[in-house]
Amino acid sequence: MKALNRKLWRDLWRMKGQVFAITLVVVSGVATFIMFISTMDSISLTRNRFYRDYHFADVFVNLKRAPESLKEKIQNVPGVHQVETRVSAYVKLDIKGFPEPVTARIISVPDDGKPLLNRLYIRKGRLADPAKDNEVVINESFAQAHGFDPGDRFAAIIHGKWKELTITGIALSPEFVLIMRPEAMSPDFKHYGILWMGRKALGKSYEMDGAFNDVVLTLYPEANVSDVLAGIDHIVERYGGFGAYARKDQISHRLLNEEFRQLQRSSEIFPTIFICVAAFLLNVVMSRTINTQREQIAALKAFGYTNLDVGIHYAKLVVLIISAGLAGGIAAGVWFGKMLGGIYMEVYRFPHLLYTLHPGVIVAAVLISIVSALVGTLHSLWRAAKQPPAEAMRPEPPAQYRVTLIEKTGIGRWLSQPSRIIARNVERKPVRTFLSIIGIAVACATMISSGFFKDAVAFMVNVQFVRSQKEDMKVAFTEPTSRRALYELKELPGVHHAEIFRTVPARFKFGNRSYKTAINGIEPESRLHLLLDTDLNAISLPSSGIVLNDYLGKFLGVQAGDLLMVEALEGSKPVRQVPVVALVKLYLGVMGYMDVTALNRLMGEGDAISGAYLVTDPLYSGKLYRNFINMPRVSGTVLRRNEIRNFHDVQAKGMLFFTFIATLMACSIAFGVVYNSARIALSERSRELSSLRVLGYTRGEISYILLGELGLITLIAIPLGFLIGYWLCAYIAQALASDLFRVPLVIETKTYALAASVVLASAAVSGLIVRHKLDHLDLVEVLKTRE
Amino acid sequence: MIGKEGEPNNPGEVVFQVRDLTKIYAMGEVEVHALRGVNLELYSGELVVLLGPSGSGKSTLLNILGGLDTATGGDVTYRGKTLTNADERELTEYRRFHVGFVFQFYNLIPSLTARENVAVVTEIAQNPMTPEEALQLVGLTERLDHFPAQLSGGEQQRVAIARAISKNPEVLLCDEPTGALDSKTGIVVLEALDRINRELGTATAIITHNADIAGMADRVIHLSNGRITDIKANAVKKSPGELQW
Repeated sequence: MKALNRKLWRDLWRMKGQVFAITLVVVSGVATFIMFISTMDSISLTRNRFYRDYHFADVFVNLKRAPESLKEKIQNVPGVHQVETRVSAYVKLDIKGFPEPVTARIISVPDDGKPLLNRLYIRKGRLADPAKDNEVVINESFAQAHGFDPGDRFAAIIHGKWKELTITGIALSPEFVLIMRPEAMSPDFKHYGILWMGRKALGKSYEMDGAFNDVVLTLYPEANVSDVLAGIDHIVERYGGFGAYARKDQISHRLLNEEFRQLQRSSEIFPTIFICVAAFLLNVVMSRTINTQREQIAALKAFGYTNLDVGIHYAKLVVLIISAGLAGGIAAGVWFGKMLGGIYMEVYRFPHLLYTLHPGVIVAAVLISIVSALVGTLHSLWRAAKQPPAEAMRPEPPAQYRVTLIEKTGIGRWLSQPSRIIARNVERKPVRTFLSIIGIAVACATMISSGFFKDAVAFMVNVQFVRSQKEDMKVAFTEPTSRRALYELKELPGVHHAEIFRTVPARFKFGNRSYKTAINGIEPESRLHLLLDTDLNAISLPSSGIVLNDYLGKFLGVQAGDLLMVEALEGSKPVRQVPVVALVKLYLGVMGYMDVTALNRLMGEGDAISGAYLVTDPLYSGKLYRNFINMPRVSGTVLRRNEIRNFHDVQAKGMLFFTFIATLMACSIAFGVVYNSARIALSERSRELSSLRVLGYTRGEISYILLGELGLITLIAIPLGFLIGYWLCAYIAQALASDLFRVPLVIETKTYALAASVVLASAAVSGLIVRHKLDHLDLVEVLKTRE
Repeated sequence: MIGKEGEPNNPGEVVFQVRDLTKIYAMGEVEVHALRGVNLELYSGELVVLLGPSGSGKSTLLNILGGLDTATGGDVTYRGKTLTNADERELTEYRRFHVGFVFQFYNLIPSLTARENVAVVTEIAQNPMTPEEALQLVGLTERLDHFPAQLSGGEQQRVAIARAISKNPEVLLCDEPTGALDSKTGIVVLEALDRINRELGTATAIITHNADIAGMADRVIHLSNGRITDIKANAVKKSPGELQW
């Protein structure tokens, strides 16, 4: 077998261009596979370790105020393991040199400095002194956004009192891997932070000595979560409980889970595409190679090599080609995985990324690639092995051609002979032509799917922040307040227009489905907060009944006209049947909307408001911000312009990286497919092309025959790629839809144009390489021998 | 060696003039002297057979005459124009407008029918006949729309001849045109070549290692080891039908 092995290496060397093109595709496929899966495994491992080592709670409860003695009752709920009571509040911050409104959640740390649950990982500095009410630990992303270090100071309005605080440490918590303000659409590290202060000091500030307003707890593994939640709700009800919720509804955890789900989908979609393309390329190259070597195969068999020997010989060739791709793919995948992990770590805060690559993942990558490549080449191998030697040694008869369908339509009359050659070649190998077209189309589709994210985000931002929410800022009050507060706001200098809103946490029930969210009560003729129907036209808010967004409607199975059970989770907690009046489009979040008057009627409250939307004069911004810091009623302010920027920022990095990877891949697929098609066509037809050269055709004219065919295939592939790209995006949009956001299926023309350009450029590069080879055809040599 | 009897009986104009032509191939570290100083004239309207064993240099000579290969030394002029210094573009043009080729293995385009294979040439030539006329000259009017795979070897070669002559070339160069055919079919092909030569007056050079074919030539040129060893004019030309091998 030694001679055969030498032949193997020489064959490989001879096909080096094609081997390189296939390797590129395999590298792309394996690298994406490894990247997505290893990133998912790594973040998952990192998260699980962090949760375990820092005792992340299972259940979270907020309430108004309860005596410490209630803790025992909670502890006694069956299934509850550990209970920790805390004091927690939202505070406004006053940061020197940063006039924009900043809010924070301040949470107590037990006086011994060791929380039982949701422990802190101190990155820098130390915990706050429990006795001192001017020392805090702050979360890392907030510290980084403002360049804070231990020892730095800022002020906070704590229970209405302005207080200067000293940072003693910078920390991470499993409770706040991703930090997002409850009402925000995306994380905002600059305008929202987490502060930790000693329980004694914080309790004193909020008059919570011997009392608490926040509970976290862990459960025994066998505990029934919904029973525990119901039990706790029952206990805390008279203490102003806002409804206990499980870890799966905890915002940081939920966002992480969503991210995992996206990664999971991506790791299913993209590597599959690449493996298929690689298998196809191998199939084409192998069947071609075997065709050119039929005489050699016959000779080998005549010498006594068995079919198995011959089969193994070619299988080795396949495995060798794949191996190079595998090695490169694994290396690139680890590299990309670490890069992607790094990008996640900027948003999701863990102490360290524990990068992990399970051997199983590598084994899977190896098996998937080799098996799919072998399956792809099985047909050619089988053909090679089964041919009787005598038959194989005879030269192949001239290929069979037919007049093409296109010509039969009469168009043929206007075709030159070279154009006819192109048409007949394309029609003669319909399967191969089709697969080449599909391959290039897939490259085009991959590009579209990467551009799609950018388009979708831009569209979401436009709908959410330009067409629907038109306010410059949203001012929230610490608690439901009389409508009179609006006039106070309206009188502030720089406020042009103000509209009230009322937000009530609620649970919706329909049939056996239920969903916990909030009802947003807005003014019926609101200028600042428009509701859009599913065609994105503004609709007016009916004076009674509730409007749900389409996703929630689908989730609950309700339609306009149905009666929805609404259970308010605030105030007197009324439960009412409310008719659903319409479904509206909302890409971010899940909400119910009501006329504010109707909502207050439902709540049995007077004209209470939770805050106001404002249109303001930018010249007065600084002054307004100061006013809000000093108004005890105002709990926080959200600027629309920050929301837009944050939304872009958070998406941008990940998206940029993804676009980069997708572009690399699309190029490698397009190049791989076009180059291989061109190389194969060249070796199959060099004799024919040389004959034409001998007959007096110029290099340009014979290039037209070969490259014209590729051009034709590419041009057919691009519109098909648009179609596949659209389907792929539709699938991705559907797969990624969650209650956090829905991805609109929006693909801009420029995304299509970019995809087409990348494909055309890759095709042009491979065309040029082949053209270079065409220019060096040895006319005499090709004519002498018969293939 | 080249004596008086090497002159053709009724010499026409000189088409090719070959002077001290040499060709050396570098085959790795070995130099192969394919042509070692060839001197020769070819005249319009004559039919010449180049005879010689394989490796004698006859194909190399034909390739250089046809503009497919370049010489190492010496001169080739075609109707007074030097071919030896021509660049790639000039050679392409020369092949396109002046020379017809016929090869041992036909070199037809498998995806084109007989008619279209001829049209491949007529479409780019300056003053061609129609493909149908060319195919009629080789007796293939019945098989115009057949693809190469549907034609016998002899028919394929006749399509190749039709293709070569369809541009009304000044010279027709044939490299072993019957090499891949049995004798009966070979004779049909030779008859086609003979007819073209007689009716169109195309200067024709046929390479063969089959000495029997020499009977149909005006002159027979023997090559051996890169040199012309003998040129003989046939006093009486046989018709291809009289040949036997």
